[in-house]
Amino acid sequence: MAETSFDVVIIGSGPGGYVTAIRSAQLGFKTAIVERDYLGGICLNWGCIPTKALLRSAEIFHYFQHAKDYGLKADNVGYDPKAVVARSRVVSKRLNDGVSFLMKKNKVSVIWGEASIDAPSKVTVRGSKSEAPKGALGAGSYQAKHIIIATGARPRVLPGIEPDKKLVWTYFEAMVPDRIPKSLLVIGSGAIGIEFASFFRTLGSEVTVVEVLPQILPVEDQEIQAFARKSFEKQGIKIHTNAKVTKLDKKSDSVTATIEEGGKSQTLTVERVISAVGVVGNIENLGLEKVGVKTDRGIIVVDRLNKTNVSGIYAIGDVSGPPMLAHKAEHEGVVCIEAIKGLNPHPMNKSMIPGCTYCSPQIASVGLTEQAAKEKKLDVRVGRFPFVGNGKAIALGEDQGLVKVIFDKKTGQLLGAHMVGAEVTELIQGYVVAMNLETTEEELMHTVFPHPTLSEMMKEAVLDAYGRVLNM
Amino acid sequence: MPTNILMPALSPTMEKGNLARWLKKEGDKIKSGDVIAEIETDKATMEYEAVDEGTLAKIVVPEGTQDVAVNSVIAVLAGEGEDVKAAASAAKAAPASAPEKKAEAAQARQEAPRLAVTPAQKPSPATAPKVAEAPQVVHGNRVFSSPLARRLARDAGIDLGRIQGSGPRGRVIARDIDAAKSGKGLRTPAAGAALGAAIAPTMSDQQILSLYEPGSYELMPHDGMRRTIAQRLTASVQTVPHFYLTMDCGIGKLLAAREEINAAAPRDKNGKPVYKLSVNDFVIKALALALQRIPDANVSWAEGGMLRHKHSDIGVAVALPGGLITPIVRNAESKSLSAISNEMRDLATRARGRKLKPHEYQGGTSSVSNLGMYGIKDFTAVINPPQSTILAVGAAEERAIVRNGKVEAAQIMSVTLSCDHRSVDGALGAELIGAFKTLIENPVMMVV
Repeated sequence: MAETSFDVVIIGSGPGGYVTAIRSAQLGFKTAIVERDYLGGICLNWGCIPTKALLRSAEIFHYFQHAKDYGLKADNVGYDPKAVVARSRVVSKRLNDGVSFLMKKNKVSVIWGEASIDAPSKVTVRGSKSEAPKGALGAGSYQAKHIIIATGARPRVLPGIEPDKKLVWTYFEAMVPDRIPKSLLVIGSGAIGIEFASFFRTLGSEVTVVEVLPQILPVEDQEIQAFARKSFEKQGIKIHTNAKVTKLDKKSDSVTATIEEGGKSQTLTVERVISAVGVVGNIENLGLEKVGVKTDRGIIVVDRLNKTNVSGIYAIGDVSGPPMLAHKAEHEGVVCIEAIKGLNPHPMNKSMIPGCTYCSPQIASVGLTEQAAKEKKLDVRVGRFPFVGNGKAIALGEDQGLVKVIFDKKTGQLLGAHMVGAEVTELIQGYVVAMNLETTEEELMHTVFPHPTLSEMMKEAVLDAYGRVLNM
Repeated sequence: MPTNILMPALSPTMEKGNLARWLKKEGDKIKSGDVIAEIETDKATMEYEAVDEGTLAKIVVPEGTQDVAVNSVIAVLAGEGEDVKAAASAAKAAPASAPEKKAEAAQARQEAPRLAVTPAQKPSPATAPKVAEAPQVVHGNRVFSSPLARRLARDAGIDLGRIQGSGPRGRVIARDIDAAKSGKGLRTPAAGAALGAAIAPTMSDQQILSLYEPGSYELMPHDGMRRTIAQRLTASVQTVPHFYLTMDCGIGKLLAAREEINAAAPRDKNGKPVYKLSVNDFVIKALALALQRIPDANVSWAEGGMLRHKHSDIGVAVALPGGLITPIVRNAESKSLSAISNEMRDLATRARGRKLKPHEYQGGTSSVSNLGMYGIKDFTAVINPPQSTILAVGAAEERAIVRNGKVEAAQIMSVTLSCDHRSVDGALGAELIGAFKTLIENPVMMVV
């Protein structure tokens, strides 16, 4: 007879859910994970990973186009959109299989279907339309001492610009286009919007980005976003900030958008529209009202160890609030399950969660922006170093970018780091480690950075904050 | 699934502890947060709070068991709706005691209660100081801490060794310093950190706070000077065997000489006298010379031997708002009174501005503490280790004395010498204060 009683049942197998399941199993809990669509959730299947595959194709295409700059010849350069998309799906499938393997390896039972909570410790799983992987348990009633909700999020829908899958896309459709549209309107300039704008622009679309806030990439440091914006505009992306799409008129194969900007209204006709106006937590149909789990504006209310107000029910990742990032979900899940085990983990410090956007140029950051530090009335020291001063960047042909660091003037605490330029998403972690270890400027100055690397700029920016910059 | 209740680690370095008392019986319902047992370490007795809820199915380790290894099963909890008996029988026997491995290392380590655990009010034998057998060597025992925490501690003047770290493996991190600034989580003055000797812990902050109505006091954070004073003087009183010798000195001649010398002081170009001697300047000089006359008393006790000092470096206590500091007049035996006077004025001014450099207030071979200006008749002072003596100086006042069978008026100043009996015995101390008396009563001898 199939097993129906578990110590821990996790609802949702995205990066938050599946990582929590593995940790749970490591801690000796009998663990099950419920999934209705894809192991690995949005991140692996329709988010972080496939978009990185698409952007990689775009990046290599870009290099082909600029082969001459490197003394190379590449004639008749082109791309096959179907093959580009197909590659990204292969990448996703590989990781999706990887999650399946990890569940087996850690003896985590996979329950296929849609879960709802009937009572603390009681979960009912209804059947799902998608095909269950081999060996998965099916619909039925399950017992669980601890229930962890990790159901993630979905695209936010704004009235007037409802996605229709054909002309008005969300990331789902944008990720598997049958062709590259000649013209494209991207509504929203967060990470998702900007990454798609960058991808389609590189492959030749006329791209327009509309952002309702005064700056693109609203969570990023003002100076960094200004740098990025200039770079995007140089690539031919048109950007409207403080602007709003108020109406979409759909024709058979085009859309005319009404854009309001500074009290003026203008229209723009494009082949396709991507709505990237944020995501909302998946808190519906989980039985939360029935068991009395408190929610607030689409988010499950949790404490610092991700307990809800109902004993035995927890929520992690996007459903438990921003920042809605895979790595935040993973860490939250680990802390949550360790707390359940009684290991007394420290709650996650949300001020040290890095963020990465894989447009061209890349953007990466951690901690406070300069504006945020000033709003907090902190006395700061700011250091900057541009890519043009770095040997490796010049050798790479990537001499446009900026590294910026923010220190507390009094204590030397690293409050934030912000970068724009080639490979910065791989660099940021150096600062994240430094922040977590509570290093001050002194340790960073005493650290030897290898030459020639882009990372040398990280040290130079620190030196600059203290008036000691070397290569500028 | 029954939950095993494990022996908790009450500090990051704890390896085993004693199960002092069970506060719940088998069959008792337990809510999360209930105190279920008292656990003893060699430092303290802690309350153990339940994390999970359920029924206490079985007590595996009976109360009174010594040396229970951390993470061994001490009891079994049956969850709601679970069969208590089945849970109890499922309980695995746990090892009752841990092997003695690493006992030495454990002893040398600093173990202290983690903040999350409330120390039980009643003292237990285990909390009594063990001065003889387990010296708490903080020296050379690295305090793991983050760079930011070190900087914050330094700026706040908090000794890192006194902070219980809450980071990984007890590492002291920035938030611990923030907590310490408001007095939370501080250990009692680092068990003789400066001297390498153990000091009995006084009351915990929690114990002290519990004696006063919340709101009836204001908790003022300590600054670095206050902490240093508390630490150094506690160490002095607890480790240095003090004894006291008092003498009355007639200073009529001194006062007359002082008046004459000051009146004769040459003037600088602004018309101000280039020196103005105080009684205290004479005291400094007299003590410095007395130490030269009685060189056996110009010493410092050290474990490896007695330091006999060649010079008389005299510390002078200077009161500051919120504390005091003792700048040192070096080689006072060979300096003129006017030189001492001017140097002292400069040191005192910079001391009040908190601008002294460490070499200006560290070391010294003896000290003077003068409360005469407050009208104090006589008092005793606490020795500043590693000095062996300190002279407490009272007010100069006109008193009735008997001389040759007649009562007459005289200017008298009472002084009390505190001596470290490890280095200065009674007779030696008496010789020193006697030499001082001779000099201070006959100031002419100071100029030769």
